[in-house]
Amino acid sequence: MSQSREAAVVGIHEYPLRVAPGVSALQIKANSASKALADAGLSWKDVDAIYDTGTHQNIGGLGISEYLGLKPRLIDTTSVGGSSYEFQANHAATMIAAGKANVALLTYGSTAHSDRRAIGTGGATGLGAPTPFNNMEDPWGMTLISNYGMVKARHMHQYGSTDEQFANISVATRYHAMRNPEAVKAMTDLEFVGIDEITTQDVLDSRLIAWPLHLLECCMVSVGGGSVVIASKEIATNCRKKPVWIIGGGEATKYRENGGDITVSAGAQSGPRAFADAGVSPGDIDVLMAYDSFSITVMCMIEDLGFCKKGEGGDYVSSGVLKFDESGGPALNTDGGGLSSNHPGERGIFLILESVRQLRGESTSQVENAELAVAVGNGGSLGSRHSTSATILASD
Amino acid sequence: MTQETPLRPQPRFPEPDTQPFWDATKDRKLTYQTCDSCGEVIFYPRGHCNACGELETTWHTSSGEGTVYTYSVIMQSRHPAFKDLGPYALAYVDLDEGFRIMTNIVNVDDPITGVSCGMRVRLNWHDQGEGAIALPMFEPA
Repeated sequence: MSQSREAAVVGIHEYPLRVAPGVSALQIKANSASKALADAGLSWKDVDAIYDTGTHQNIGGLGISEYLGLKPRLIDTTSVGGSSYEFQANHAATMIAAGKANVALLTYGSTAHSDRRAIGTGGATGLGAPTPFNNMEDPWGMTLISNYGMVKARHMHQYGSTDEQFANISVATRYHAMRNPEAVKAMTDLEFVGIDEITTQDVLDSRLIAWPLHLLECCMVSVGGGSVVIASKEIATNCRKKPVWIIGGGEATKYRENGGDITVSAGAQSGPRAFADAGVSPGDIDVLMAYDSFSITVMCMIEDLGFCKKGEGGDYVSSGVLKFDESGGPALNTDGGGLSSNHPGERGIFLILESVRQLRGESTSQVENAELAVAVGNGGSLGSRHSTSATILASD
Repeated sequence: MTQETPLRPQPRFPEPDTQPFWDATKDRKLTYQTCDSCGEVIFYPRGHCNACGELETTWHTSSGEGTVYTYSVIMQSRHPAFKDLGPYALAYVDLDEGFRIMTNIVNVDDPITGVSCGMRVRLNWHDQGEGAIALPMFEPA
């Protein structure tokens, strides 16, 4: 199958701060959009498509368009949790290839840290209209982390994976974070204890938040945001930097199912769809940006996208392949990930941003001659309803 | 029977899909639906079959016996109802009738070592007050 190279990422910006009191989510979006367009060498008036989850403003996609001051001919407010940005990037590439838009702007901003939102441990808020989901989950005191904890516990039971194996995921992402000044500043500003490389023993010694998940297997809560500019082939070849092509995408959802296997994520559908779309296979991939809300999320993405067989992820992550300067498999989360760089609630856009940096040769943990990257987002809650979307990117 | 302070988040109404389920708990009945058309077990409760889309369903009462599918032990919750509870086990239990419910596993000394995937469990009701709903939880069978 020949690769489609009809749409490319031409501009990116990651909001650099993780602690930013007094700054709004909308301001983070506008700030990032402005700088991403400058990175591309494009202007505000070039944008004709908006991709944004529609949060933080009145009337979703209309509100963000007005706030930014844009008059798009295409608006997409797909909102499926942290993977929304892979869904949106795939949609933007498809619509640009179909000639429905020329320059798409993706925006994300969140002030989760400023808001003091206890995302992982807060439990039910009791806010909003009653729903079947809340009525069948809230009374038993589920926290977000315990939702993922149930998946890890079943993985360990079903496949014999161990805490020590899982810990390698945290070790690799911290290794990369220590090379990324913005991640080091993030951990400093968020008052992490022991801002240094870590060992698997450090992970096992960190306190349990929701057994079997330890503190160092859980992402941080930060402020953050960013923007991605995706353009048509004609425009991409004339931008300030070399294009990074979106060559394939796949999307899927999964829910709690009677008798279902909780260890298999929606990535088991969306991964193969994305690889088929791109005409490449997992063995070709140089960089794997896998949504690390928790260690178990990465484990499921690695297995379900086919980097190893289902249930063999424990051995895979222990084999030393995850670090950017090791061979044998794609480097994992070279920006430091949600575990050690940033997690403002929906991390999906950062997976694309770091994939692009790698394929431009701009990463602080640069994989030599990186040509192919996968950004795989997981949104919602892995142990109940979630979405998994993969975007495959290629260097020029 | 354990009487608990109804501090826990309670199901909220009007919510027409789950109201029959919660009403039945007042009589200590754990109920689920099957589809009149395709026969699939439907849970959580809904006004339609989520397997085939048909609208006619039948309610049944479960025996309350099942197996722990998976669990997590919450060591840190900031929710007022749970923050001082000490470690507690959140679980999915597969009832013998074929539906999976989120619940707590109770009456174990240490929830980490006293619960396991595959462990047989039975219903343990927790009343939430006079005339109010009861919460289905499970304990080792």
